[in-house]
Amino acid sequence: MSSDRIEKRILLRAPRARVWQALADVQAFGAWFGVKLNGSFAPGARLRGQITHKGYEQVSFGITTERMEPERLFSWRWHPHAIDPKTDYSAEPTTLVVFELEEVAEGTLLTVVESGFEGIPLARRLEAYRGNEQGWTAQMKAIEGYVGQAA
Amino acid sequence: MSAKQLDVRVRTSRAPHRGLDKTALIFAALGDETRLRLVARLSADGPMSIARLTKNASVTRQAVTKHLQVLAEVGLACSSRLGRESVWELEPKPLDAARQCLDGISAQWDAALGRLKKFVEH
Repeated sequence: MSSDRIEKRILLRAPRARVWQALADVQAFGAWFGVKLNGSFAPGARLRGQITHKGYEQVSFGITTERMEPERLFSWRWHPHAIDPKTDYSAEPTTLVVFELEEVAEGTLLTVVESGFEGIPLARRLEAYRGNEQGWTAQMKAIEGYVGQAA
Repeated sequence: MSAKQLDVRVRTSRAPHRGLDKTALIFAALGDETRLRLVARLSADGPMSIARLTKNASVTRQAVTKHLQVLAEVGLACSSRLGRESVWELEPKPLDAARQCLDGISAQWDAALGRLKKFVEH
């Protein structure tokens, strides 16, 4: 496993246009990603907003759009796991998140790569994450259950 | 035979910039192909001497020694004397900490993509 990047691949049983809309439309994106963003995605656009996950409503959230190639590629930069409202993350390096869409017989193959973790003080974020009582753990269990059923 | 731990000197000039914690330094140390290969080799084959590590390698003994010292500075590797040779091995703990951080973020991506699946398929 590489220490600098995370790569995920998922088959979505939906047309490419639908997946693109879920990524590139701010409202749709916010619905599944769990954020409320102001503005709309466009190359170079900086969007700010709030995390909507229970227990994280006080955490502001920022994304800088990089590339948008309709129905093919969408990328943005952010401060990963920047969930401590008391910490200013702006001086830290960002990671790059790239979504790539590929049409397959069953629907759309989506690949997500987040890279650039070297140089980011991740341990500190891990502490903030553990310190939050609400945690993502319960939420992740619920999703695991859902994904398990759907698979 | 008793192995004497090599004294590893941390060069402060190596610290990229202030505010980076230990985990960040570990990631930085691993952000090099040769060093990653050394870690993989030591992880797969266990402790070994520089001579064995550089056998059939395209990099020089001196270069490998330097890379191992970088790994030692962040606590990823350590060496001990065995007779006339230095034997290098991995320190498993820092690797675990770095991996744990990434695992957390990785799990969040799994969760987010699970929600995306539900979102687009319904």
